Amino acid sequence: MSAAGLFVAAALAASPPALDPRQEQRAHGLEMEIRCVVCEGEPIGQSNADLALDMRAVVRQQIVDGRTDSQIRRYFAERYGDDVLLRPPLSGSTAALWAFPFAVALVAAFALVSAHLRRRARTRSLAPEEP
Amino acid sequence: MSVELGHFAAILAFTLALAQCGLGFTAVAGSPALAASARAASAGALAACAVAFACLVAAYVRSDFSLVNVVANSHTDKPLLYRIAGTWGNHEGSMLLWCLIATGFAAAAARFSQHLEPALRARMIAVMGIVTAASLAYLLFASNPFLRIADPPLQGADLNPLLQDPALALHPPFLYLGYVGFSVVFAFAIAGLLGEGAGRDWARAARPWAIAAWCFLTVGITLGSYWAYYELGWGGYWFWDPVENASFMPWLAGAALVHSSIVTARRGGLAAWTALLAIITFTLCLLGAFLVRSGILTSVHAFAVDPTRGAAILAMVAAAGIGGLALYAWKAPKAADDAEFDLLSRESALVVNNLALTVSCATVLVGTLYPLFAEYVFGAAVSVGPPYFNLTFAPLMAAVMLLIPAATLSAWRRAALAPVARRLWVAGLAAVAVAVWVGLQPDAALGPVIGAGVGAWLVAGAVTDLVVRAGGRGFRPQALVRLPLRVHGAAIAHAGLGLLAIGACVELGFRREQMSPMAVGDTVLFQGARITLERVEADEGPNFYIDRAVLRLEGPGGPRLLMPERRFYPAANQPTGEVAITSTLRGDLYVAFGETLSQGDGPMRWSMRFYFNPLINFVFGGALLIALGSALALVSAVRNRQVATP
Repeated sequence: MSAAGLFVAAALAASPPALDPRQEQRAHGLEMEIRCVVCEGEPIGQSNADLALDMRAVVRQQIVDGRTDSQIRRYFAERYGDDVLLRPPLSGSTAALWAFPFAVALVAAFALVSAHLRRRARTRSLAPEEP
Repeated sequence: MSVELGHFAAILAFTLALAQCGLGFTAVAGSPALAASARAASAGALAACAVAFACLVAAYVRSDFSLVNVVANSHTDKPLLYRIAGTWGNHEGSMLLWCLIATGFAAAAARFSQHLEPALRARMIAVMGIVTAASLAYLLFASNPFLRIADPPLQGADLNPLLQDPALALHPPFLYLGYVGFSVVFAFAIAGLLGEGAGRDWARAARPWAIAAWCFLTVGITLGSYWAYYELGWGGYWFWDPVENASFMPWLAGAALVHSSIVTARRGGLAAWTALLAIITFTLCLLGAFLVRSGILTSVHAFAVDPTRGAAILAMVAAAGIGGLALYAWKAPKAADDAEFDLLSRESALVVNNLALTVSCATVLVGTLYPLFAEYVFGAAVSVGPPYFNLTFAPLMAAVMLLIPAATLSAWRRAALAPVARRLWVAGLAAVAVAVWVGLQPDAALGPVIGAGVGAWLVAGAVTDLVVRAGGRGFRPQALVRLPLRVHGAAIAHAGLGLLAIGACVELGFRREQMSPMAVGDTVLFQGARITLERVEADEGPNFYIDRAVLRLEGPGGPRLLMPERRFYPAANQPTGEVAITSTLRGDLYVAFGETLSQGDGPMRWSMRFYFNPLINFVFGGALLIALGSALALVSAVRNRQVATP
């Protein structure tokens, strides 16, 4: 940690722009979606690294400047690459990731229904049994 | 001298485990003498492993710096508790603990299985022999803690100070009790598949082990999460970090296993599926060890990483997973499945529970490994963080939770909707009331509202379940006391899950934080409290220096002092933080002592981070209730392991 880096962090941390509660909510949401690039897989909202503090200050400043959430996300993605975003944007390389849970859930539902249909003929005459 | 004794004992344990395996398989033919010697070998392996472990602990207590492992991880200034806990605070020592627990489970499973059919029992003991022999081989050939150093130094390098903590001293043993406990269930499944006996008897015998392992894993994960909460100083307790996910995947698969084994043990249904889950769960335990130990995924929790060892663990993952699944594919179609049930029935609800838990487990697995996949396949750097898991995992779990109250009140084989609905409308009202109440809070988002409602539905559903079983309108307290333990266990665990959901969702939606630069005498307002920095003082601990901030808090609940610390461990040359937490019914107020701010001239200022974590104790309390509920279910399952339930 260089003295200059510490100073920058301190200066920014000492003067975070004042946000109203709604903006604060937005800032917090964004800070949990942007990765601290010098840490190991932590969002900037949960990191004490100097760079994370700087990045948080940038998020807050941009909110004050009236930029939208997606503009702020794009701002970071353009500078650090898509992997700065902890919610990976939908693209060719992440389609499988996002499709997976839904695909597996569908397969599971299909398996459930088909197993039931197979069993149905056998179970038509079943009587209930109390627990 | 005792180091060589320990080394020798570990080698002896390895050979005894091999003997246990060989004798077990030869005893399948029916020789009682061979079966007895296989059991004796498992007891001997446990005794030898205990001697090895005691020798390593003794080396740590004595600070024997002629051992590479002690030099790398200990220090004479360290308090005795952490010198002992340091034994398993590193890779080699933790592997010896793993072996001790594995031989312990093997010996216990061999001893307490006298009611099993002899061939199944012999096969199970043999498979446990393979598990312990593989663990001990890995210990001896890839991570030997008993290696001497030629030129012993006078002092050691110290254990990572973050790990010098009571919760973290207990976290690895509980986690390993969980991981290795599932190896017994795995051994039962393999033994059952080998002998074509994966039916009701198998499940009834394996169920106590599954519940015990799951209970230990629950406690282990909770301890780790609580440690992360108060030690890492970010106000969070769960980060969807690869290492956390590594322990969470077997937990999810284990939850599915614990529930599917109910159907197999009580109804004879889902026998093949239960065996499959047993194989998957233990494979995920090994995969978890691989992810944590190999350092293939970057993580904040990976404290003992060595890529060269990854290959050996990966081979074990492949052996357990591929071997187990191949055996399953070969034998499972022949497994008897004599249960018949309707789409609306308790069995069916448990099947849906299992599918949803399996899908969420697969989602966590894919989310955890996807960055590797994307890098190798697309050459693209992708980060998968909390937002992904919150968007995919949370809805799946909410769906499971919606089902639980209705499932516990449904009849086996064929249920009807009307009686269930008639019993649950009060719980439904309670859930809606809680959701509306949360929705009326300022800045409420949809996710927390739904989550809190679902959590309340679970808690109210668990209460309803107990009331209905204790007589409904003719409710009598004596009847409640006389209910079977498994009913109490299920209700307590489900209510705990509900509280956990409420706490997690409210905390996620309403946590607040504020970072304030403060000089001595400064006052800040946070969450209705006035907090004044009174002084910053220097102090010394047993093996660290302290900067302590003394803050006076005035607010609802009277004035209190909060004393967060920054510590510096000279031996490890590493700073850590100690947060100050004050708990109320509403939640925790949490202060972390941040960096010193150099502001040029003017008074010295420090960055103070304040967090308000509403209902956070519901999260930890709920998790402990899940563990308590499963402990009660364990007692019940032990009693029922051979008696057929009507």
